[in-house]
Amino acid sequence: MNVYDQIAQNKLKTYLFIAGFVAFVVFVAYILGGATDSGPGFAIVALLISSVMSVGSFFWSDKIVLAMTGARPADPQRDFNLVTVTENIAIASGLPKPKVYVIDDPAPNAFATGRDPQHAVVAATTGLVQLLDRTELEGVIAHELGHVKNYDIRLMAVVTVLAGVVVLMVDMFSRSLWFGTRRRDDDRNSSGAIFLVIGLVISLLAPLIATVMKLAISRKREYLADATGAYLTRNPGALADALIKISADPQRMRNASNATAHLFFANPFKKQSNGSWIASLFNTHPPVEDRVKLLRTM
Amino acid sequence: MNGLYILSGIIGLIVAFVWYVYNNLVVLRVRIKEAWSGIDVQLKRRSDLIPNIVETVKGYAKHEKDVFKTVTEARSALMNAKTPHQAAAADNMLTGALKSLFAVAEAYPELKASDNFRDLQRQLEDTEDKVAYSRQFYNGQVLSFNTMIQMFPHVLIANMFGFKAEEFFEANDEERKSVKVKFD
Repeated sequence: MNVYDQIAQNKLKTYLFIAGFVAFVVFVAYILGGATDSGPGFAIVALLISSVMSVGSFFWSDKIVLAMTGARPADPQRDFNLVTVTENIAIASGLPKPKVYVIDDPAPNAFATGRDPQHAVVAATTGLVQLLDRTELEGVIAHELGHVKNYDIRLMAVVTVLAGVVVLMVDMFSRSLWFGTRRRDDDRNSSGAIFLVIGLVISLLAPLIATVMKLAISRKREYLADATGAYLTRNPGALADALIKISADPQRMRNASNATAHLFFANPFKKQSNGSWIASLFNTHPPVEDRVKLLRTM
Repeated sequence: MNGLYILSGIIGLIVAFVWYVYNNLVVLRVRIKEAWSGIDVQLKRRSDLIPNIVETVKGYAKHEKDVFKTVTEARSALMNAKTPHQAAAADNMLTGALKSLFAVAEAYPELKASDNFRDLQRQLEDTEDKVAYSRQFYNGQVLSFNTMIQMFPHVLIANMFGFKAEEFFEANDEERKSVKVKFD
């Protein structure tokens, strides 16, 4: 698969994902509507809301993602290396210069987002800028601009926002279920049935979202971005060094969630030290060893 | 009558093909111009920074006249460069001259510690990177253009409309020899 196939596939997958999201929300709303005897009105409202959300996620995903990760605009003086390195790699790739953002987090990581190269954003943590030297930083930024060039960012951003909405809903429902059943244990009225349905949906939901996200996120895109990055900097070794340094750093990101994990350059949770089974489902990054090995052969 | 249709069909196809190739070549040539202006912007920025750094170093190391002279000469060579070859040669010269300027600066701890100097130094180093990356992009565009106009049948159309191979941004061998890095 070459870069042009990847771009076409990314664009198609974005629309499929949006359609799938709308269908899914409407389906859940229909079931809930049936369980509560409120008829199809519930589903129609859900259709409207999810459509608006999809359009919104397409156009404003960059801003939402930046807000989710708590990034601030980079300062050309203070973040000199990050800003200039991004400018330089954009020059080499012939892409328009993306906006540069900084996340105040000691864990080294980076991501790119936006809906197309003209609206692209590159964000890096303060930890990344401190850990890497300039050539290694160039490698990481070139990898991110590879994602920009291949339109990975559009798909990733839409997936992040929409999957984020579902994850949030699941979170809210499962909390209310837990408190709800405790309080309603003795009084078995109709709301008990609703919570049963919701509980069922939730238990089906988590693995489903994970599968959908995995379908959307092929690991190939990471290798392809590595290759694009190596081509841009003419220095695959620096990217390999950066990967090793980052994976050796033990810190986890403070402000990453399952909804944003796949965006990042390196897995923000490190080695799933929290041991949750959900985290392993969301394992979105190819092994560092494999990426380094490939880069060394370039 | 049939033959006439076939003939005009063939002519139509040829015209369409020439049209297509010609437009492609024009687009590529415009892209090269654009890439060149990308280099030009960085070279300009670089020569704009030179007087500042020279003044700053002069403030601490007045008697290092040789270095200032080389840097200033390299700068005016860069500003007067007409072709990509000349610009590349002058830029190499300037890079060498700046290296000796920074080597001189090593001997002056106060200069090295000054914020102004450090800021100018990192800006100059960054412009050097920017020149390198714009060159990479420019040379890539030139390479695809030069390859295309040599391929058949594009070569016929290129010759017909006078498309010529573009210059790479790199110094010729004899121009390279004029670059002297002095450490004294």
